[in-house]
Amino acid sequence: MGFYIVQILTGLSDASALFLVACGLSLIFGVSRIVNMAHGSFYMVGAYLAYFFIDKLPHGPFTFWIGILLAAIAVGLIGLIVEVFLLRRLYHTPELFILFATFGIVLIIQDLSRWLFGAEDLLGQQAPGLSGSINIMGSYIPQYDLALIVIAPLILVGLWLLLTKTRWGILVRAATEDREMSDALGVNQTWLFTSVFFLGSFLAGLGGAVQLPKGGADLLMDLNIIATAFVVVVVGGMGSIPGAYLAAVIIGELNAFGILVFPESTLVMMFLVMAVVLIIRPYGLLGKEEAPERGDTTASVSIIRPASRKLKIAGGIFLAMILVLPAVASTFQLVLMTEIALFALACMSLYFIMGPGGMVSFGHAAYFGGGAYFAALLVHYLQTPMELALFLAPLLTGGLALIIGWFCVRLSGVYLAMLTLAFAQICWSIVFQWGTVTGGDDGLLSIWPSAWASEKTVFYYLTMVLCIGGIVILRHFIFTPFGYTLRACRDSALRVDSIGINLKRHQWVAFAISGAFAGLAGGLYVFFKGSIFPDEMAIPRSFDFLFMVLLGGMDSLFGPIAGSAAFTWLHYTISRINLWQLILGSIFIVLVVVLPQGIAGSIGNRLNKYFTESS
Amino acid sequence: MNNQKDKPILEVTAINSFYGKAQILFDMTLEINPGEVVVLLGRNGAGKTTTFKSIMGIVMPKDGKIRFKNQEIQALPPFKTCGMGLGYVPEDRRIFSRLTILENLEVGRQPARQGRSPWTAERLFDLFPNLAERRHQDGGNLSGGEQQMLTIARTLMGNPELIILDEPSEGLAPVIIDQLSATIRKLKEEDVSILLAEQNLRFAKRICDRAYLIYQGSIRHESPIDTLSDDEYEKYCSI
Amino acid sequence: MTSNVLEVRKLAKSFGGIKAVNNISFDLHQGQLLAMIGPNGAGKSTCFNLINGQLSADRGTITILGKKTNGKKPRDVWKLGVGRTFQITATFGSMTVLENIQMATLSYQKRTKSIFKSVPRLNQDEAMALLRLVGIEDQYNRACGVLAYGDLKRVELAVALANNPKLLLMDEPTAGMGPAERQELMEMTSNIVETRKIGVLFTEHDMDVVFSRSDRIIVLNRGELVAEGTPDEIRKNRRVQEIYLGVEPI
Repeated sequence: MGFYIVQILTGLSDASALFLVACGLSLIFGVSRIVNMAHGSFYMVGAYLAYFFIDKLPHGPFTFWIGILLAAIAVGLIGLIVEVFLLRRLYHTPELFILFATFGIVLIIQDLSRWLFGAEDLLGQQAPGLSGSINIMGSYIPQYDLALIVIAPLILVGLWLLLTKTRWGILVRAATEDREMSDALGVNQTWLFTSVFFLGSFLAGLGGAVQLPKGGADLLMDLNIIATAFVVVVVGGMGSIPGAYLAAVIIGELNAFGILVFPESTLVMMFLVMAVVLIIRPYGLLGKEEAPERGDTTASVSIIRPASRKLKIAGGIFLAMILVLPAVASTFQLVLMTEIALFALACMSLYFIMGPGGMVSFGHAAYFGGGAYFAALLVHYLQTPMELALFLAPLLTGGLALIIGWFCVRLSGVYLAMLTLAFAQICWSIVFQWGTVTGGDDGLLSIWPSAWASEKTVFYYLTMVLCIGGIVILRHFIFTPFGYTLRACRDSALRVDSIGINLKRHQWVAFAISGAFAGLAGGLYVFFKGSIFPDEMAIPRSFDFLFMVLLGGMDSLFGPIAGSAAFTWLHYTISRINLWQLILGSIFIVLVVVLPQGIAGSIGNRLNKYFTESS
Repeated sequence: MNNQKDKPILEVTAINSFYGKAQILFDMTLEINPGEVVVLLGRNGAGKTTTFKSIMGIVMPKDGKIRFKNQEIQALPPFKTCGMGLGYVPEDRRIFSRLTILENLEVGRQPARQGRSPWTAERLFDLFPNLAERRHQDGGNLSGGEQQMLTIARTLMGNPELIILDEPSEGLAPVIIDQLSATIRKLKEEDVSILLAEQNLRFAKRICDRAYLIYQGSIRHESPIDTLSDDEYEKYCSI
Repeated sequence: MTSNVLEVRKLAKSFGGIKAVNNISFDLHQGQLLAMIGPNGAGKSTCFNLINGQLSADRGTITILGKKTNGKKPRDVWKLGVGRTFQITATFGSMTVLENIQMATLSYQKRTKSIFKSVPRLNQDEAMALLRLVGIEDQYNRACGVLAYGDLKRVELAVALANNPKLLLMDEPTAGMGPAERQELMEMTSNIVETRKIGVLFTEHDMDVVFSRSDRIIVLNRGELVAEGTPDEIRKNRRVQEIYLGVEPI
């Protein structure tokens, strides 16, 4: 009995930090419509800074709590600086680009933290007077856990009072609903955004700081918490602070009890809960259905036209160049081209659901990595020949995408995107934690192509045939009734419903098709590299794909190819440098700030014009 | 200060406004005198809403000048324009549906202006008795007519000297339109200047002093409302 | 004897205890234009959304072309032969006018999942014929995203006609149009309706349109049907004057 009470209390205390992060994320999103990927990083910095302050401050009875408060304030100020100096310039750029800038911050903070605090995990200091344990019917619970349990409800009540009883809170809620109108009623939005960003970041920092005695500080905290926070926000209902608390408690309890039931992967439990909630209440436990977006939608109005003569000729020349390349290129160049082709197919599959489908996926690495792992596992355990593995990998990945897609297409917009990220993180954690099968962090090694394809040039041709074939098929789909129907679903859900089209079913099928083609790319990738590691399924990889697609521009069907070429080259160039994540993150930010209209997108647009027949 | 009464409270001079690459306003020019009720008549897409958004600063005109109480405002963001005493009531009302009536009014509240008694929630409830009994209800639960009243009341909380009303009668039942004209006449007695856009000539004739006819982004005709000929109206406001 | 395309019987729907639609019954014949008017909050939208399948009724029945539609989704209602236009136009902005119509005809032929042929070659003639019917065939190659509002309303009408409907539901068909444009659109609609023997139910705020174009009018107030009759009868109805039309002569 005591044991269960202790588990319940542990779950409640786990929920506290999670709640603080999720409600900050929700507040910021509500007002500014920014999905702040760096929110998890703020949480991590909160933990590191709290450690630093408690360590450096003169020792006294209140050192611990002062350190925590200072850390939270400092993180709030970091958030404020990010808002004032970066995000404020970006409010008029498309949401996806802003998201990218915040992911740039994730990378920068990641490398800076490594540099400042070292790669070793830090063990948090104990709170004075709360370092002991309490006996509950024979089981013990740390006293500090009880303190954590009290903190979250206090913050919840405080926020509720702030939002309903103060003028500031009313203005925040008004801006959440309609920014432009509250601006026209004399409310300075700039100031309001900054204050909300400060508060949200403060809460994230506080979350990281208060969990320090329990979980310490490490460099994996940022992406781990952001994925979980997304789940909390989706389950609790976007914009609902009580919902965030409720969901955080549910997730906390699941972790506390899940570890007893299924210690291999507690995230699987999270998946089940999320699934159940989304079936019953698609907008979360306490969420309300989003009002349709106001004003002009950002959806592109560019119509698509079949390939013109010029384009067909250009394509022919391009193919010929690929054909003769092995005769003139070095092995390194050939390997680079192979990799570009693999990524181009993965990007095209992402573009397929993002562009025509209008569904942004933050978790496309799940299908790329999924295909790779399916192929690798088939080879590793069943000695499947490469040919069969390459056939089965896309099918199995398509099946995976079918399962995940079933949930995702119930939502739309940013909710859908968050959900894809959460599912991808779950897939990653299964691969990462289930070491006995997947090799965990050590990956699966020695997955080589069949003898006939082991030579670099042959594998190059094999890759080209499959990848270009895949890209051409996906492009063809866009012109068929199915592809048109997808675009119709993106353009007007109301209209498709009124002409007898089942929107969700088409989106679902598209999601699975996209997953299958990404799986093909992943399957090829594992034979190309000879090994596979969980990194290929992790969040940064998903963002690589997103970046490639955005780099190539959303208006052009050939964007994905250009984007993957540019990115792969960039990656090769900088990945040997120390602190390369910091550089990559800075490049993300600079590109978004300098070229807000989409990076190669503008160039792509011009090319596109050249290649469409004047009508 | 003394001659402010004689000078126009708002002067729009040759502004050109765009949505993306499409030019909507072409050398739009108009003026409102203190205490006047002026209507902008024109068909859909003529540029009425863009004119209003340009005045408020929601759309920034590419060139031209807008003067309000003798100060240039064409480069100011909406919240500053509003702070100077220009109130905006949008066509689609844009009530904060998850805020109560009182909270909606609170969002619009601005400091009192010199020489005018400030609007309070209680004063507004006298003007709009329907809203008083529902003050704690969410804006989203109101009927169309009530929402129109609330959006006007919310703008009045900013103590504006000039109110811009975008098609207030659109979508309202004829009986509600009767109430609306009474309200606008009362506001005029309170010395508030009013610029409104309309397609409903009958309604405009009941409340306005002067009319501008707008067609394809510029003013084509101006006259006191009493002498506005049907021919002119037909020419620019029908196909 | 003319047949009913739509029969509504004792329809009721409440939201949180408030009766939005209460015990409403009416019929709509082939080839008839039936206007539904009433003050804001009278229950017009609710009634409309119950008929098109967006909402499901608490009580009562809706029969479209002899089939009960209670609990059916909009896309299933469409399959019975119902076309819809919206108050705020809903078209596919990234497609040309022609492609918008092609989408509707493809759906009618149940070919939206086809992945073999490419759309530009499918159903062109049928789609062009529909565009001619509503008079915008010269704009066939322009993107809907850049079309003038009045033309979008016509695209909507053509889309709504793509499944050879016997019942047209038009929500504020003339909202956002100029006075002359309104009359023109409604005249075109009534011609099409007459030749194709379609029944039309529409809501409308412009009383000029209502009284000049409808065959019959039903008036709703506070969720209840308060009057039904020809335009002349409705115009003279004291109760309707009181709750809706006001004292101003029309």
